[in-house]
Amino acid sequence: MLTVRGITKQFGDFSLKNVSFTVNQGDYFILLGESGAGKSMVLETIAGLVKPDSGAILLDDHDITREKIQHRRIGLVFQDHAVFPHLKVRENIAYALHGRKFSTATKKTTVDAVSRQLSIDHLLDRRPYSLSGGELQRVALARTLVQEPRILLLDEPLASLDNRLKTELRALLRSIHHNGHTLIHVTHDYEEALSLGTRIAIMDKGTVVQEGSPENVLLHPQSEFVAHFAGLRNFFPVTLHTQQGQNWAQTGNLKINLVTEETRSEGYILLRGEDIILSNDPVDTSMTNNFQGKVTEIVLSRYGNEVTINIGITLHALVTPGSVMKLGLSVGKEIWAHFKATAVKYIAR
Amino acid sequence: MKQTTTINLVFIFFGALILLFIIAPLLGMFLKTTPETLFETAREAEVRNSIWLTIWTSLAGTLFFAIAAIPLSYLLARYEFRGKKLVTGIIDLPVVIPHSAAGIAILGFVSRDSAIGQIGSALGINFVGNPAGISIAMAFVSIPFLINAARDGFSSVPVRLEKAALTLGASPTRVFFTISLPLAWRNILSGLILMFARGMSEFGAVIVVAYHPMITPVLIYERFGAFGLKYARPVSVLFILISLSVFILLRWLGREKK
Repeated sequence: MLTVRGITKQFGDFSLKNVSFTVNQGDYFILLGESGAGKSMVLETIAGLVKPDSGAILLDDHDITREKIQHRRIGLVFQDHAVFPHLKVRENIAYALHGRKFSTATKKTTVDAVSRQLSIDHLLDRRPYSLSGGELQRVALARTLVQEPRILLLDEPLASLDNRLKTELRALLRSIHHNGHTLIHVTHDYEEALSLGTRIAIMDKGTVVQEGSPENVLLHPQSEFVAHFAGLRNFFPVTLHTQQGQNWAQTGNLKINLVTEETRSEGYILLRGEDIILSNDPVDTSMTNNFQGKVTEIVLSRYGNEVTINIGITLHALVTPGSVMKLGLSVGKEIWAHFKATAVKYIAR
Repeated sequence: MKQTTTINLVFIFFGALILLFIIAPLLGMFLKTTPETLFETAREAEVRNSIWLTIWTSLAGTLFFAIAAIPLSYLLARYEFRGKKLVTGIIDLPVVIPHSAAGIAILGFVSRDSAIGQIGSALGINFVGNPAGISIAMAFVSIPFLINAARDGFSSVPVRLEKAALTLGASPTRVFFTISLPLAWRNILSGLILMFARGMSEFGAVIVVAYHPMITPVLIYERFGAFGLKYARPVSVLFILISLSVFILLRWLGREKK
């Protein structure tokens, strides 16, 4: 278990202010925030590369705040990989095994095993300059995993990868997590956070503003940064079903049509409030998601009127004040909500 | 060149003049030396001994002082501290002061009366008129080349790589020897070659500290003084040829391997 307690650090104009959170054994912990929020600095502080002005870091109840970097056994994968350019892939991976009481044969077996796990065993004799971004990321991961870190820190590990590689690497990170590793993953991408995290902490302007389960953090946003995610309030845990090429998400008794290439059945759906169309009567359009429900609340927000409708789940639609007038919307009124299958975003877990 | 403008033509003209200015005297000297005289000169024991002495004293000075100069370069590349500008100024000092004056300073520093001289005497070494004194004089005037090149080399090594190595459990010492030093090596090697070359060609500082044993630049000067241009020329040509060969060899050994 890692406890970060009241970390404060002044760094030029920027400062970390009283950063606190707890990561339990086996957590996939996400630090989510915009760039410049101080996420990377928190990672570097945990790893020991940055010394905090005050506060404490405890790993398994042992204070490591002043412990030397090389004695912490905390793995850190840098955003730009930081693979040693003058060493072969094999030497990069074996770097952390130096000085530990391993025979040459054991070292080789360890390197081979990790590189097989990360599917880079065919690259062992290559030099880093000849590798792609995705391959470098895997080498950096392998190099860190080989030292059996007590906790693995990842700084924006998917940021520089294209979509196909992102999906591959997400699967890899999930399998590392399932193998029992505790991870802290820094990202600015809420999709990444939802897809991988078992717990999420939101960072904003050098401090942690919220911490909790993904559902809890995103359904009850306590900061503008979280609330800013478009349509975030329409966020539901679902199971994905596919039949004859058609996808739908099941939540309770509700079936919501959607389009996705994902095959993992557990996940979330997201729907932007402005993609929901309201009408007094059923309409015949190309939209395949049409639900009747009761208006439970109408609130004026900075983006328009947020109309809350209970259709079995609570849907938040964003409309103009003019539309509220035109449809004669009021609390308790029965109304139809429509949205396209392509407006529904599915995020696999 | 995409376009030949008047100004470019003027620049090319001046450029050619400068190249000629460097090549013409050397070429003249080479042309005036016949292969026979060169061969005869090469057979003289005095010449051979002096060339050998020049090479090894410069090499020894370079390697000995590199042990302390390379760590200093690392500090200068990695840390900001009060008085850093003063330190870099001090390092460049040997380049700007007259080398005969540098020789006088070193002589005072290593003579028998000085602390260093007394330590040397206790160990049975007299630096004045000794190869050790020559090495010190050579190193004094040439060490800025090594420090500056090595500092540039260390500066070009991303700090992140050193940090990554630390998180992989390496001690700062291991990080220096396995990451920083190998990645800065090309610049350091280039600095070592420059220091070695500059040391070999030193005359002013060495002649003050040790007229004997005679390094080749002093031998050339002595032959010129005693016998004239004609006798100094073959030694000069031979020394230049050998120096060039050594540097080409070193550069070739240190070339980037693909």
